Amino acid sequence: MPTKAKPSKAPERLRVRKTYKLYIGGAFPRSESGRSYPVTGSDGALLAQAAQASRKDVRDAVVAARKAQPGWAKATAYNRGQVLYRVAEMLDGRREQFAAEVAAAGDAVPNSKALFTVDAAIDRWVWYAGWADKYAQVVGASNPVAGPYFNFSLPEPTGVVGVLAPQDSSLLGLVSVVAPVIATGNTAVVVASEERPLPAVSLAEVLATSDLPGGVVNLLTGRVSELAPWLASHRDVNAIDLTGVAAEARPELQRAAADNVKRVYLPSHTDWDADPGTSRLAAFIETKTVWHPIGV
Amino acid sequence: MARFEYAPAPESRDIGRLKEHYGIFVDGAFRDGAGEAVKTINPANEEPLAEVAEAGPSDVDDAVRAARRAFSPWAALSGRERAKYLFRIARAIQERSRELAVLESLDNGKPIKESRDVDVPLAAAHFFYYAGWADKLSYAGFGPDPKPIGVAGQIIPWNFPLLMAAWKIAPALACGNTVILKPAETTPLTALTLAEIIAEADLPPGVVNILAGGPEIGQAIVEHDGIDKIAFTGSTEVGKIIQRTIAGTGKRVSLELGGKAANIIFEDAALDQAIEGIVNGIFFNQGHVCCAGSRLLVQESVADEVIAALQARLMTLRLGDPLDKNTDIGAINSAAQLARIRELTDSGEAEGAERWSPPCEIPERGYWFAPTVFTHVSQANTIAREEIFGPVLSVLTFRTPAEAVEKANNTPYGLSAGIWTEKGSRILWFAQQLRAGVIWANTFNRFDPGSPFGGYKESGFGREGGRHGLEAYLAH
Repeated sequence: MPTKAKPSKAPERLRVRKTYKLYIGGAFPRSESGRSYPVTGSDGALLAQAAQASRKDVRDAVVAARKAQPGWAKATAYNRGQVLYRVAEMLDGRREQFAAEVAAAGDAVPNSKALFTVDAAIDRWVWYAGWADKYAQVVGASNPVAGPYFNFSLPEPTGVVGVLAPQDSSLLGLVSVVAPVIATGNTAVVVASEERPLPAVSLAEVLATSDLPGGVVNLLTGRVSELAPWLASHRDVNAIDLTGVAAEARPELQRAAADNVKRVYLPSHTDWDADPGTSRLAAFIETKTVWHPIGV
Repeated sequence: MARFEYAPAPESRDIGRLKEHYGIFVDGAFRDGAGEAVKTINPANEEPLAEVAEAGPSDVDDAVRAARRAFSPWAALSGRERAKYLFRIARAIQERSRELAVLESLDNGKPIKESRDVDVPLAAAHFFYYAGWADKLSYAGFGPDPKPIGVAGQIIPWNFPLLMAAWKIAPALACGNTVILKPAETTPLTALTLAEIIAEADLPPGVVNILAGGPEIGQAIVEHDGIDKIAFTGSTEVGKIIQRTIAGTGKRVSLELGGKAANIIFEDAALDQAIEGIVNGIFFNQGHVCCAGSRLLVQESVADEVIAALQARLMTLRLGDPLDKNTDIGAINSAAQLARIRELTDSGEAEGAERWSPPCEIPERGYWFAPTVFTHVSQANTIAREEIFGPVLSVLTFRTPAEAVEKANNTPYGLSAGIWTEKGSRILWFAQQLRAGVIWANTFNRFDPGSPFGGYKESGFGREGGRHGLEAYLAH
């Protein structure tokens, strides 16, 4: 006689798990290569399968970034500042989620520091939001030339910037390298931390709901060693930030970057808790100088 | 149109105080370099001007050692004292301005009125400007206590030999760096005379070292482990090689490279002034100018009128003796450059563009090239894409502002651009749209030590001039 099943607790509801995808041109595609790779937490347990972007994804992301760049640069600095501030607002609303993801990724040791890290990332967006409409005043100039000319210099965005995000700081580090690039009107193709890509994908969701035009930030997950060379050699990328690349891999990328005289940024420090200063804003701008005669 | 003839008005060659023999300047002393002794020639008549005992690789080592030794005390010297050395140099250039102008025109081939009125005064002004920064660096916006980088290797071209030396040396010294400067192989004389001025100004030995030499000396400088920063002005091709070479070394670099500037003429422009601007834009210094307005974009409605007026104006240009004060167009600097200009202009014809030059007597000896205008040029033509670095203008037309912007930006270069219109809002719109580091509106080819200069895209990075020019010589 079959025994009657013991009455158990009501079964726990199955979570609806997220598919972690890329973020290109404002949409969330899978890698065109169809590949993914397992992402594990600091305890070794599987967290998710992340999309493993390919060369083609890099190129699609550059196309999206190039397309978005003129419009983003043309937006008023006030507008860009508000959009960056909106990112902070959206992030603040999801700080517990990000704290959990950052802790799972292994950024925060001990885990109790995770919320602190997320708050610092939120505050970093606010810091750069405020810079958007002030930077030109600080580094621009009216130049007293020896002649009857009005002459002024202004910073302009460099264009499309490839960003190899830091490996060890999946959210605060990521925000610290992306926000200064877009604050001045550049667009970005970002390769997230290889081993800790999940907070980056969640950040893309925040960006997608922050009035940031599609294509301004494009986010790829995958193998840095596979993606970085394509980004460094791409002729339609104007500058590259090698922060997230190991020191021994940098020279080869620097050489590739010379093909179109890319501006190459090598960070002087990677203490993400420190005052960020303005060096990352300065790294991705061009100074334009305009002359006009004065006369009647 | 009647052509006015002018009696020759040559500046005296003796004023240049040309010496028979020049060496290199290392650790505060003049000596013969370990390389070959070569003749530098006058491009206007192909006659040797002087012998130059060029540097060899061992001289680069010596210069680096001297510059390293000099670095700490120079960096530690108060800004006020460094400033006074630079002011001395500025004043000495002014004192010897006529000599330097003659020497420059002899060695380079540029008209004396340009070396006298542009190159030399701007070189002096550059030293004077940066002198004043030396004791004010903490106010420059690079932090409360900005530091120099170290030893700078500086490689300059032949088109503005003295001026480029000033652009390189003045900000480097003001910030507390020491330097090794390599002038171009065909134009070492004014840089070596500047070395005399520097020696007479009692600069500490090793703070400035000047090595005459060819590309292999430039390469030795770029590759040298004892150098912390490379500053280069020259071709995009060599700029890329430098960028590759320094990869992974931790050396800082600033590059001022080639250009293919658009000069855009709208139908409402003040056309007489625009014609002068076109001429100045491309024929100043025989077009040996990285920011030259080599692509003329004319609005279709006035294209015929502009081209006719331009041709009439070019008939009045005087090509000939660079030392003659009436000369507008001097000599091409070298046989190699002349060959390149010929090759590119031949390709212009072969690709279907229409070539025009004013009737113009070319001297029998020397390197000369008549001012040349190409019409019916397509954007795909070689002459519309490649930097010619000579007195050659390619004319294209446009109908709408959007088309003008698209054509102007359709180049890997981005050094400069010109816009001619009487409409203020259009000027500012174009100034925003053009992807170039210097925009001249209703003017062209203006330079000033206080005005940042440098390129977008493949025209290089870093700025020279102004407060911005300090950044390339400060550690960060």
